[in-house]
Order: sequence, then structure tokens, then C-alpha cells
Amino acid sequence: METDFLFKAVVYLLAAVICVPIAKKIGMSSILGYLFAGILIGPFVLRLIGQEGQDIMRFAEFGIVMMLFLIGLEMEPSSFWKLRKIFIGMGSLQLFGTSMVLFLVCHFVMNWNWRIALAISLTLSLSSSVIVLQTLAEKGMNNSSVGRSLFAVLIFQDIAVIPILAFIPILATSISSPVNEIHQSLISNYSSSVQALIIFGTILTLYFSSRFLFVLLFHIIARTKLPELFTATALLLVVSTSCLMNLIGLSPALGAFLAGVVLANSEYRHELESDIAPFKGLLLGLFFIGVGASINFELIWKNWVFIFSFGALLTFVKFAVSFLTSRLYKKEIKQNLYFALGLSQAGEFGFVIISFCMQLKIIEIGLGNQIIAVIAISMVSTPFLQLLFERYVYPNLKFSEIKKETEMDQIEEHNPVIIAGFGNFGSTLGRLLRANNIKTTILDNDSEQINSLRKMGFKAHYGDATRLELLEAAGCENAKLFVLAIGNQDINLQIIEILQVHYPKLKILTRAHDRIDAYALLDLKVDRVYRETLYSAVNMGVDVLSQLGIRKYTATRQALQFIKNDELVTIKLAKKRYNKMAYFTTIIAEIKLQEQLLKSEMNTQILAKNHSWDSDYLKKKMEE
Amino acid sequence: MISNNKILILFFHPLYEKSSANKVLVQNIPHSENITFHDVYQEYPHFDIDIIKEQKLLSRHDIVIWQHPFYWFNCPPLMKQWIDMVFEYGWAYGKNGENLNNKIIFQVITTGADQESYCETGFNQFLFPNLLYAFKQTAKVCNMRYLPPFVVHGTFKMNEKEFKKIGLLFKDLLFYLEKNNIDDLEIKEYDYLNDWFLSKK
Repeated sequence: METDFLFKAVVYLLAAVICVPIAKKIGMSSILGYLFAGILIGPFVLRLIGQEGQDIMRFAEFGIVMMLFLIGLEMEPSSFWKLRKIFIGMGSLQLFGTSMVLFLVCHFVMNWNWRIALAISLTLSLSSSVIVLQTLAEKGMNNSSVGRSLFAVLIFQDIAVIPILAFIPILATSISSPVNEIHQSLISNYSSSVQALIIFGTILTLYFSSRFLFVLLFHIIARTKLPELFTATALLLVVSTSCLMNLIGLSPALGAFLAGVVLANSEYRHELESDIAPFKGLLLGLFFIGVGASINFELIWKNWVFIFSFGALLTFVKFAVSFLTSRLYKKEIKQNLYFALGLSQAGEFGFVIISFCMQLKIIEIGLGNQIIAVIAISMVSTPFLQLLFERYVYPNLKFSEIKKETEMDQIEEHNPVIIAGFGNFGSTLGRLLRANNIKTTILDNDSEQINSLRKMGFKAHYGDATRLELLEAAGCENAKLFVLAIGNQDINLQIIEILQVHYPKLKILTRAHDRIDAYALLDLKVDRVYRETLYSAVNMGVDVLSQLGIRKYTATRQALQFIKNDELVTIKLAKKRYNKMAYFTTIIAEIKLQEQLLKSEMNTQILAKNHSWDSDYLKKKMEE
Repeated sequence: MISNNKILILFFHPLYEKSSANKVLVQNIPHSENITFHDVYQEYPHFDIDIIKEQKLLSRHDIVIWQHPFYWFNCPPLMKQWIDMVFEYGWAYGKNGENLNNKIIFQVITTGADQESYCETGFNQFLFPNLLYAFKQTAKVCNMRYLPPFVVHGTFKMNEKEFKKIGLLFKDLLFYLEKNNIDDLEIKEYDYLNDWFLSKK
């Protein structure tokens, strides 16, 4: 038993470790890598694992719970409140629209009776949060407007699962069918008004316990200075929340999300994020492997005409309905496409609901399995479709009139320079540029700062520069240079990634706090990195040297040489640092090199090879 | 009783710490309220010359001296920069450019090679004063009185005693210029200011 478990673990991990980097290397999302890994080790290719793919998925679905917790953490309650319109409007439109069209198709084209058609259309109208959210995270689009719309709709679907599961038994014709124990909650025996009260009470309890009890707990745990205990507490929070939600029949993912939102403002936010993120990643990977392994190729082979045509039809219907929904909300065409494509697959809840329907004998086993295959196929198709759209459709789209949301500024400028971040650093640069009549577009997310800048005559705009729409509106398409002067390294990295995907031609100049920041930036191959600490320290060094009697011009030349040398060494070390040993040995070697260089410069005045103006050297040479 | 001449020494040396001849000359500059020593490389290591400040400095003096080593038959780069920046149209020359009128200007130059190499048959092919035409012409455009240079030739081979001697000569020259009226016509018969001053003694 033990060795069996270990062997399985090796199989899963090995498959992931081999397939995912290959997928990434050829420009596909990691989801495809995991899916292929699943297919590869599944019962139809290498037969390393059997039919347990579905069980694994049920276990790994917990990854979704963690993902929603993390998303909740990143979302402040106020910004969640802003989503409410999209949440109710787009969510219901998309869900009801899709199920309606699917119902008509199933009933009239497929000739299924209305019960089956209704059950299947409800099941298939749900989309896969895992695929969508993972893709968004990978593309750095969590904070884009499309990302947030998608997210709102997915949350709506998550909540909709509860009434759907409650509704399905009504469709059952034979009352004698055994009611599934799993889907019965503790409180289902009470009357509905009492149930509502209990649910309300539980959510309140959840709110207060996360807000006060867990924050207090984190405080105590943090004092013990045992990092693993903190991780355990974080896991306890997520698991217990899910458990509580399960007990009262709500979606555990929803509970985790709420807990995340409540903790978004706490001081432990970053700590929690970094603790939970690896679990989430692994479990989601496992989930996709499960999906891959559970695809029944035998079944598909026997019914390939039905499965593929129905799969294509399903994808098309979902795509079309979502596209129209998004169009109604007046998004830009590219965003419409992205939104529609995101929701075009059936979701992981589909597996659950279909199994439920089969148990209730609403759907016969044969058809149920085929639908499960359709769901799996549609999930696999999404990353492929996204890849196709990215390569062939998006680049051919002309940017049409951009309609931005109200909280963002309207920017209609085509200035050659865009400065993101206008604190001390950015404003110094901005003043220099203005003194030279260079027109700049300034982005900052401090509204007071923006107001005062505007009074001084700067063209400054309020907005979150990690949002693609703002970057687009700021005129990244036509700008020559993008100056990143934000003090927060994480945000800078985020912006660079977005810029490099969408505006590969734009030159990026980035502020970096120190050497370590500079390494991360150099990894992204930005055009130039400016370390805050380097230039002022060297300038100060020049004055120190001259106070000690060294000629100012000589000190200045040395300083220029020093900066050049230091920048070269930084680039060299950035490449080497992955190998930790190499990093340490080279950093010691480089320090010695620095010392030597500096010493030799001090002794011979400027580089050893440079004898310009040096009469001693000339005399010596002439005597030889 | 004549009033004292005010002397401005504009010193250009990119590698002063390595120089020997110029060190001796600078050390022999007399401490006088009429003599200003201006170390330009020390003042503007980034070549960002303050034009107004330099022009005011020039206005306060009667005699201007460019003191510099002779590299590649020319002045050091900052000195060319200084001339380009400070001698502005409308200030130093051209319409209303009369601020330098009748001021005396000459160069104090050190060369590694000796005087004999600066002749048609010598290593350096040209007579030394002929290599300074650009400066002479610059002074003329600004209506200044350009005098022949005070030159220390052959610094590569000079010993301590010779350095001392030339240093003292320079000191005496500056004392003389401070206290006396200068007769341009008399001086212009000489190629070197050194020779004129020695003949005076």
C-alpha cells in the first residue's frame, strides 16, 4: 500500500515535471501541460493509473477553494462591491441565456425529452473557474476589466450551483430513487426560513471569526516564529471555512472566497498569500491531470461523431451567448472575444451534477458518460482556442473606440513618454522632461497627488497601471518610452509582463530599488534598469574622495567607470544567480574584482591601461 | 602712481596630480589680492561651465592667463569647452560684444618636448608660436591684446634645480605684471614671454 502510494506520487509528479515545462517552452499555458500529463499516464496511453482520475479530481477540486481564497485576499471589500452590477447583470444573463439556448438545442435538435434536456443544459451552462482563473493569473490579467468581469460571472455560477443541485431532484421521475447522501446538508431537515436564518448566521460567524478570531490567532502564531505553524493555521482557516460551508450546503469555494475578502485588509495578507499559493498550484495541477486521465478515449472513439459535434455545438453556443452578453455591456471587441472564449467550456461542477443526475436516473448511464466526455473535451479545447486566438485573431484586430469604465480617467494623448508612478522619483524625472518640452503622460494611483500635479500644470491621470485598459488608453500603442518609476517592485514586474505581451515594441526603462530588484528586472529583459541607490551613492563617493584631496575630475572619471563596471557585473550576476553556489562564488570573486579594480585605479589613476595625459608613463617609455 | 593690474590665472589640467612642471608653477604664484587662481577642472569636473560666473570673473580682471599643458599640439578639452561657452556672441565679440576689449591675454604652457624640436627640421616640424595661431586669432576677434606665451619646454628631462629656477622666474613675472604698465609693441618682438622678461632683468 505504502509503495503503491509512493509510486503513484512519483508518476504524477514526474508527468507534471516533464510535460509542463515543455508546454511552457512551446508557448502554451501550463494547463495544457497538465492535461497532457494526465492523458499520458492515464488508462489509454501508458496505463500507469487506472480509472481513479475522477476521484483525484474530486480531491484536487480543493485547489479551486484555495484559489478563490487567494483571489478573495487580493480583492478588497470595496472593490468587490463595485463588481455587483456585473455580478448580477452579466452573471444571470450569461447563465440563463446559455441554459435557455442549450435547452432548445437539446430538446429540438437532439430530441431528448425535456427533463433530460433541462438537466443537461443547466449542467453545461456552468463554466470552469479553474481553467479561466488559472489562465487569467498566468497572463497577469487578474486585475484587468475582462478579468474582473469573468471573475464576477464565475462567482455567480458558483452560487448558482446550490439552487441547481436543489432543483435537479425535482426532475427525477421515480421517487424511489435513492437520494444522494453527499448532497444532503445538516440543515436540510429544517424549514426553509430557518435554513435561511442559519445560513445568514453562519456567514456572519465566518465574517467575525476571520476578522477577529483568526487575526488574533495569526498574531499569536506569528510570535512563535515557526513558519510551518503559520502555514498550518492558514490551511486550517481555509479548510475549516470550507467544512463549515459544506455543513450548511453552501459552496466551499464561496466560503473561502469570503474569508479571503475579509482578510484582504489584514497585515497578514502577503504572508497568507505566499503560504497558500504553493498548495493551490499543486492541487490545481493535480486537478488538470485528473481531467486528462479521466478522458475515456474508448467511449469517445465509439461515439466520436456525437461527442465532437455536440462538443463543438456546446462551445459555439456558450461562446455566442457570452459574446452577446459582453457586447451588451459595451466592452471593446477584443475584450468581448476574450470574455466569450473564457466562458466557452463546461465546468468541473458539470462532473458532479451529471453523476448526481445519473444516480437519480434522470439521465441514463450511457448518455451521462458521453456528456462527461463532452465536458472534458470542451475543457481541453479552451486553452487551444485561446492559443489560436492569441496567434491569429487578436493581432488582426484594429483597436476600435475604447470605452472605459467610469472610475478611470479619459486619456486621449499620444505623448512619446509615459511615466507610471509619480512620487519623488517619477516627478524628478518628469520635471527634467518638462524643462525640455517633452510631453509626458503620467499615471499614478494617488488621487491627491494627481490633483496637486494638475494644479501645477502637469498632465496627470488617475488609475491602476497594472490594468491593460489604462495602459491602452495612455497610448502605449504610440508611445516611444515607458518609464516605470513605481516604488513597488511587484507592481513594476506585473506591468512589465503586461507591456511585453501587449506592446513588445515599447521600450521600458525601470527604476529598481537595489541589486536584487535589478536581477528580477534583468530577467525580464527590460531595456535599462536604474538602481536608486547606485547613482546617489557614487555621487556622494565623488564628494568624499574630493574632500580627501583627490582631484574632482579624476574622482568623477573613476565614478563613471565604477558605475559602468557595476552595471556590467550586475548583468553577469543576474544570469548566474540561479545556481546558488555559482552565485556565492562569483559574488565573492566579483567583490574581489571590484576591490582590485578600484585599487588599481587609485594607484595608477584611472584604468591601468589608460595613460592619457600621464607624463610619468611617457617619460618611462621614452627612456626605454 | 599707477594702479595695480588685476591678474586672472585660468588653470586647465585634467591630471594635475601627475604633473610636475605645472605644480612648480602653481606653487610659485604669489599670494596677492590682485591675483586670482582659478582651477577650472576642479570647478567643473562635469564640464558644466557656469557662463555668467566666468564672464563676471573675466570682467573683474585686466590680465587673463590661460595656464595649461600642451597635449597633441593643443589645449586640454575643458579649455576649448570653456572658450566655446564663455566667449559668447554679444558679450565677447560681435555686436555689443566689448567686454574683453583691451584686456591682455597670454598662455602659460608646459611641453614635454624641448624647444629645439619645434622647428622645420625638428621632430615637431612647426615653430612653437605658429602652433598657437588659433588662440592668437581668438584673442583678436575679442579685441584682446594677445602676448607671446610663457613656455616651459622639455619638462620630461628637467631636474629639480631647473624646475625651481623656472618657478622663480614665473613668480617674478607675475609680480612685474601686477605692478607695471605693459608695452605691447616691445613684447611683440619676442617669440616667448620668457625671453622678453629675461631681457628686462
